Amino acid sequence: MLRHAAFTNIWLATALVVPQLLLVFIFFYWPTGEALYWAFTLEQPFGGSNQWVGWLNFSTVFKDPKYWNSVQVSIIFAVATTAIIISVSLFLALLVDRRLPGHQIYSFAYFIPYAMAAPAAGLAFRFIFSPNAGFVAAINDWFPNIWNPATDGLDAMILVVLCQAWKSIGYSFVFFLAALQSIPRPLTEAGAMDGAGALRRMWDIQVPLVMPTLFFLLIINLTDSFVDSFGIIDITTHGGPARATELMVYKIYFDGFKAQDYSLAAAESIVLMLLVIVLTFIQFRFVERRVHYA
Amino acid sequence: MNRILIAAASLGALALAAAPAHAERIKFDFWYGNTGAIAEVVQKHCDLFNQSQDKYEAVCTGQGGYDKAEQNTIAAYRAKQQPTIVQIYDAGTVNFMLSDAIIPAVQFAKDHGMTVDWDSYFGGIKNYYATSKGEMWSFPYNSSTAMFYWNKDAWAKIGKTEAPKTWNEYAADLKAMKAAGVSCGLALDYDTWTALEQFSASNDLPIATMNNGYDGLGAELLFNKTAYVDHMKDYKSWLDAGFAELHTEQTGKDIDQAFADGSCASIFESIADFRNFKQTATGFNWGVAMLPLLDGKERKNTLVGGASLWVMKGKTDQEYEAATAFLNYVTAADTGQKYIVENTGYIPVRADGLELLNKEGFYQKPENAGRELAIASLTASNGTPVTRGIRLGNYTSIRKALKSELEAAFAGQKDVQVAIDDAVATGNEILRRYEQTFQGAQLP
Repeated sequence: MLRHAAFTNIWLATALVVPQLLLVFIFFYWPTGEALYWAFTLEQPFGGSNQWVGWLNFSTVFKDPKYWNSVQVSIIFAVATTAIIISVSLFLALLVDRRLPGHQIYSFAYFIPYAMAAPAAGLAFRFIFSPNAGFVAAINDWFPNIWNPATDGLDAMILVVLCQAWKSIGYSFVFFLAALQSIPRPLTEAGAMDGAGALRRMWDIQVPLVMPTLFFLLIINLTDSFVDSFGIIDITTHGGPARATELMVYKIYFDGFKAQDYSLAAAESIVLMLLVIVLTFIQFRFVERRVHYA
Repeated sequence: MNRILIAAASLGALALAAAPAHAERIKFDFWYGNTGAIAEVVQKHCDLFNQSQDKYEAVCTGQGGYDKAEQNTIAAYRAKQQPTIVQIYDAGTVNFMLSDAIIPAVQFAKDHGMTVDWDSYFGGIKNYYATSKGEMWSFPYNSSTAMFYWNKDAWAKIGKTEAPKTWNEYAADLKAMKAAGVSCGLALDYDTWTALEQFSASNDLPIATMNNGYDGLGAELLFNKTAYVDHMKDYKSWLDAGFAELHTEQTGKDIDQAFADGSCASIFESIADFRNFKQTATGFNWGVAMLPLLDGKERKNTLVGGASLWVMKGKTDQEYEAATAFLNYVTAADTGQKYIVENTGYIPVRADGLELLNKEGFYQKPENAGRELAIASLTASNGTPVTRGIRLGNYTSIRKALKSELEAAFAGQKDVQVAIDDAVATGNEILRRYEQTFQGAQLP
């Protein structure tokens, strides 16, 4: 009798795994390798002579106060969007999980924004929040010049945070709803029989039991806000005004594609990759300890 | 049965033999960057070329933007899939000149028997795309320059029928119009093309040392020491006083829309938008004039905008033969320049095109009144050392740095002089980096 289950057909196993490995290699490891090469040399737009410059690109990046501005902006953006997304989607999932009449419609409605492409959402938000022409412009009628994302950095930041949060809540909502539905009903019923109200049951019974999902979504949302937020910035604020919404990923796009400074963009993207890796490591090391797995 | 088969086969062979010998057209790729209505004009230009002869075929593909055209061409070149001809805008000139990936226009014309009178190109256009020694490396295709669009009805409220000729006169007009009830005299955005580049050129002010970079890659920016700073201080004071308003995509409508719907009485915009305004700016009288000057200055030529056609290396002789025919077609006075001028707001690029249009009375027609001023603006002088153009590396990045600083300055976060100083410092870092990237390369 075999001590452990073994899959004896090596060839089949290899054949099944190779396509995925190939994809990961071609679309991740190879470009990363090229980016590393470009980050340590000075790459001309049309190719040709690369000269080795060692740490020059990295020191240019780290000495640039505009880069640290983009780091700061990215961190504020990440924390703000993640906080809003997790809290709002958890709250909505808890409410929908009560299965009151019409809960299927709410499920559907809360998920739909996630299916929207980022540029489309960005365009809609840009119009709605435009200071002269949008719905929110009504505020400017009562309090003149209070809302203008084209000149006020804080307003622009609020705009992009709201847009990103609105778009991403659906994804987290679905995960939380699924996690809540995997909690055995007798637990919440026992709580109800002991006299706990709905909110008390949510806070003390349901939320602790969805911790693994919350941890997972924390990582996903933080990572997404660092790397997946480009579409919204490009459509709404273009990094402005005065670099108030210039996320790291947008700066990489601009430096690489518009300015054709490939080496600088490569160095910046290596730094961003390391930052996300470190963040994920920190979360696994320190936050996961507090997660109780059922 | 056999006889039927043989009969059918011979009929078939006869039919094939009787078909006229149809030669395969020689194809080549042309990538252009225009979008919207102008993209349709360019596409139609290609179709007209294809219909006018049956030996060659131009396969024209829009790239969805000037910057995308540049990026896509670079990517294609690295993959050895580059097009034969590509349309590149002004900011891409330096990258292409240093790229060693193109055939200079003068070289191409000589090798392929094109007879081009290089001197008949208008000075302001020729110098932008020429080396420091005056040899043109690309073929100008759609050329424009910055003009002053003004709402005649608004100016009539203060009793004026002529556009202001100087900036001081313009400032006084703005003040008077505000008092007369015009809510917005000028629609501004942060565009540096009109505010910095055209302003500096028309007033013979330098933007960078080494003749705006023509003499080498070691140029340094110096627009923080010229009258441009005072000009920006004026812009800020007009914004604060309510004479001017900021209009960008982010605020809801851009300056073109703000002018066209009558909310703002003037803008500084490219002549290329002239025909758009003819369709959208109805409901009030408007005109186009040359940019105002600083007091006491003599008008010098403004800089050319738009794009030019570059020929890429590494294609076959047949494709170059087809490209020659295409280039002859689109630069000729009748089939090329006249077509562009009649279908867009652009101007003719050579003297022969202008001559043809004048002969046909194009500029005498009332609906084209004012367009000839663009040519006058570009030929106001033969090109001083600093009005030939701008040849600075990574210029898109410099424009963006200046734009960010102006956003901070106009929002009151920074003093205007400090903001422009910071922009120059950032720009100089960018230029030094570019110089190091192209170490050893010589600007032609």
